Amino acid sequence: MKSTRRHFFKTMATGAGTMLLGPSAKAMSSVEQFNGYPERVGMLVDLSLCIGCRRCEEACKRANQLPPVEAPLNDSSVFEHTRRTDAENYTVVNRFANPQPNQPAVYVKKQCMHCEEPACASACLVGALRKTKEGPVVYNPDICLGCRYCMIACPFYIPAYEYHNPTSPKVRKCTLCYERIKAGGMPACAEICPVEAITFGKRSDLIKLAQAQILNNPGEYQNHIYGLDEVGGTTWLYISKVPFAKLGFPTDVGTTPFPEYTRGFLSAVPVVFVVWPALLGGFHLFANNRQPAPAQEDGVTRNDEETEQ
Amino acid sequence: MNTHISQSIMSREWIQENLLLGKPARTYFRGLVTPLNVVAAIIICVGLPLIVSRYIFGLAAVTHASNNQPWGLFLSWGLFSGVPLASTGFIMAATVYLFGLRQYHPLLRPAVLTGFVGYFFAVVFLLVDLGRPWHLPYPMFVSFGTGSVMFLVAWHVALYLSTQFVEFCPAIFEWLGAERFRRWAVKVTIGATIFGVILSTLHQSALGALFLLAPAKLHPLWYSPYLPLLFFVSSIFGGLSMVIIESTLIRRFLPGRMDPANHRVLDGLTLGLGKGAALTMLTYFGLKLIALAHGNHWNLLNSGYGAWYLIELIGFVALPCFAFVLGVRRCRPEIVRFAAFWAVVGLVANRFTVSMFALNWQLPHREFVSLKEALVVATIFTIELLVYRWVVNRLPVHREHTRYKSARKRHLVQAPQPA
Ligand code: SF4
Ligand code: SF4
Repeated sequence: MKSTRRHFFKTMATGAGTMLLGPSAKAMSSVEQFNGYPERVGMLVDLSLCIGCRRCEEACKRANQLPPVEAPLNDSSVFEHTRRTDAENYTVVNRFANPQPNQPAVYVKKQCMHCEEPACASACLVGALRKTKEGPVVYNPDICLGCRYCMIACPFYIPAYEYHNPTSPKVRKCTLCYERIKAGGMPACAEICPVEAITFGKRSDLIKLAQAQILNNPGEYQNHIYGLDEVGGTTWLYISKVPFAKLGFPTDVGTTPFPEYTRGFLSAVPVVFVVWPALLGGFHLFANNRQPAPAQEDGVTRNDEETEQ
Repeated sequence: MNTHISQSIMSREWIQENLLLGKPARTYFRGLVTPLNVVAAIIICVGLPLIVSRYIFGLAAVTHASNNQPWGLFLSWGLFSGVPLASTGFIMAATVYLFGLRQYHPLLRPAVLTGFVGYFFAVVFLLVDLGRPWHLPYPMFVSFGTGSVMFLVAWHVALYLSTQFVEFCPAIFEWLGAERFRRWAVKVTIGATIFGVILSTLHQSALGALFLLAPAKLHPLWYSPYLPLLFFVSSIFGGLSMVIIESTLIRRFLPGRMDPANHRVLDGLTLGLGKGAALTMLTYFGLKLIALAHGNHWNLLNSGYGAWYLIELIGFVALPCFAFVLGVRRCRPEIVRFAAFWAVVGLVANRFTVSMFALNWQLPHREFVSLKEALVVATIFTIELLVYRWVVNRLPVHREHTRYKSARKRHLVQAPQPA
């Protein structure tokens, strides 16, 4: 009990201190020097293999206790509209026309990319979203406020919100089956895929695999691994024979890790706290020096004293 | 003396004098039936059930519940427009106490009240918009996302709301006749003012910095590393304009609540505020140009968004700025008042653009506002106005409390001439 209370005060003080003086030097430098955890997992998708069977959607829903898929798996009408992830669909498969004539359409599985330095986590004011050392970006609904800033920040339009839930609404997105990974398993989608379009493994191994696949099939693949550098790197990696820009992948997200974008502003916070009081106090003394009455701090106080007499 | 007053606080006379505007209860309540009040009551009767439904059925009951556009009218109006327009308090406190421009003292309390009410209702909007509003204190007490700009916004809005309450305390204690507390509250004024300016500088700019995290979503014409600075500078002329508007409205609709002496100086003060607004708007205009040049997206000006950008830049920054200059030059306070309304509309347009229209500009189908959402906003805004009027009608805001009158007068006579 005692120690929890002490812990409480300590965290309180940390919070207040950080707020007044800005993020600690440690927190800042950890952003600067982040190279990723060496053992973290990855997922590699070869888009040329995917047949659009949507079994990953179904497996995902089962693994996460979500309501079953709305349209049966053999119903191809779902592909008529491009879908996004929502509170009941952590992953969706979309179909894109192949820009090359007489080539089969391309199916693209979409889900949280589990960024190496996630925008969503750096947006969250209570740290409800967190990058684990294993790789998945996980969410703690018990502290979330539901401000939905994470949804604004995510460059891939992934997190969704339970707008219909009045009492315990949650941010919803792919968890990369964190529990299964911790237990030594693999994500449900990678396990179910009948054509092995999704490969689960160590991210560093998957990068080599992807590079080899591109090199060994000269002229077939785009010379780009999507997710290798995008937004500073993501857990999910994609290779494709069709340009990513034609497949709904955002190509304007850059390679800068998103926390960088606000770092400059946050590091200016302590400066304001140190410089402003001196500057404003100086102004105050200067401006009030011109008052006719001598050595009084504040006109109002003085006059109040006069009232008393 | 204190005990004497606190004893009488709950007495019938006290209630009649201080709550019912000195009228017998029956007359007071009959007097409430005015056309404006009836309109307000209708709006509230429509809106309150909607607000209740939001807590019973979830946010989807009143908003368009979009995953692509998760922020809607509640935040664009309540937070992103509400907070810069409530910068009145810190601006006037700095003007009077820090820069020593004592002649603006008559406008200080109304400004602090506008600021306090504005922030208070920004929090009300948050309570409607947050998925789990009961978690609102979590960033202060439970879990700290220290790398988040939103964390800074949450802390600062909370701290600044308290600071403004302290700043407004003298008026409350005068009203309650609690002299000892009043003197205590007055003593911390300078400290509270400096603290308030620091907090305001940071969270006004932080509201802009929030969007730094959406580089690929916010239209390049508005996305700029200058966003924090632009938000801060525009909050200054926003606040100055709001002081002008507030005093204009009170003089027009509640003339009896304003001291005759304040009536007389108001035109002069309005011109002075107009000068300040013109200068900050000019600065803002310059910064907007720098941001545009820095972004180097001139080609985008030749598009629908570009047209809107130019309309905003010319129609809602350059022209109202020019109107301020004109009004000040010609000594025409009514032009300055007009410019103030214009500038406020421009500021709201800018915040709506950044937080709504220009965000996710690449998505094909977007829905911005649902009717119910607009009704809820209208309801809360109506309540905000009623609260403001309630306070101005009772507390010494635009007038001196009889007991402190003589002192303040002497003070006013003393103040303006620099030695
Ligand atoms: S894809 Fe979006 S939700 Fe997933 S980790 Fe990256 S920023 Fe977060
Ligand atoms: S909605 Fe929840 S998880 Fe997302 S940023 Fe807000 S508090 Fe964090």
